[in-house]
Amino acid sequence: MKAKVYVTLKPSVLDPQGKAIKHSIELLGYNGISDIRQGKYFEIAIAGQQTAEQAREETMRMAHDVLSNPIIEDFRVEIEE
Amino acid sequence: MKFGVIVFPGSNCDHDAYHVISKHVGQPVDFIWHRDTDLRSYDAVIIPGGFSYGDYLRAGALARFSPVMNSVKEFAAKGNLVLGICNGFQILCEAGLLPGALIRNRDLHFICDHIDVRVESTNTPFTHELKAGGVLRMPIAHADGNFVCDEGTLDELRREDRIVFRYCDRDGQATEAANPNGSRDNIAGICNRERNVMGLMPHPERACEDLLGSSDGRDVFRSLAGTLATAA
Repeated sequence: MKAKVYVTLKPSVLDPQGKAIKHSIELLGYNGISDIRQGKYFEIAIAGQQTAEQAREETMRMAHDVLSNPIIEDFRVEIEE
Repeated sequence: MKFGVIVFPGSNCDHDAYHVISKHVGQPVDFIWHRDTDLRSYDAVIIPGGFSYGDYLRAGALARFSPVMNSVKEFAAKGNLVLGICNGFQILCEAGLLPGALIRNRDLHFICDHIDVRVESTNTPFTHELKAGGVLRMPIAHADGNFVCDEGTLDELRREDRIVFRYCDRDGQATEAANPNGSRDNIAGICNRERNVMGLMPHPERACEDLLGSSDGRDVFRSLAGTLATAA
């Protein structure tokens, strides 16, 4: 089983890196872009015998306690069986 | 009066802090390895600058899980003094001992420069010997010093006089141009509600000798030592 965690900056937090990336991409001639936000992606291989629901709960806790900083970031968890 | 300087893998201002305490404050000081958990013999703990755990994940995020940090939380909860400098400030925010977070600098550069900060609050154990409104020159050296917090937290920090330092120009004006990293409200340092935990991005420990360009940081350590001497 695999857990996938997406960590993104909260909409209210400025993302200077995303802004710089957007600028570079626009220099290449891509003009239809209104915004780029950079985030983090984690793949967690789960070796135990837990159910998908248990894996989701555990991953949510990991994402909340470690992988994200809830003050500035949101996260989303997907479980792949 | 005994000081401890916590050493994480990747700390690199630990020796500077140690040097200042032993040479300028003239008090006993130990390095505390991050796996140690016994802080009973210390009166104040310094979390130094550097790149603990290589800044992996987020600056300060992994250091927060080192065994010593539970002890630091208990140490602080008892009212003992904790000073976090640069990476130490980031760690204190990640650990929830200070509010807010420090994200990538507005202009993305790693900034290594001498800057000026204005003393906003002298009502802390770390700044009571400073002059309110005075300007201190200290170095900064960080990529993630951009202080962010929500509106409610900012109101609380202002209302409770917990913004200790603001980035300013030479004349003491906290202008946008004098804000090196985009920090909200030019915030360079804050303290907790109980005022015994302070974090700041500038390095007072690297500004204690004229030879190094400034000795303005000495008064921070003089205040700290003065507080402990009074308490003893």
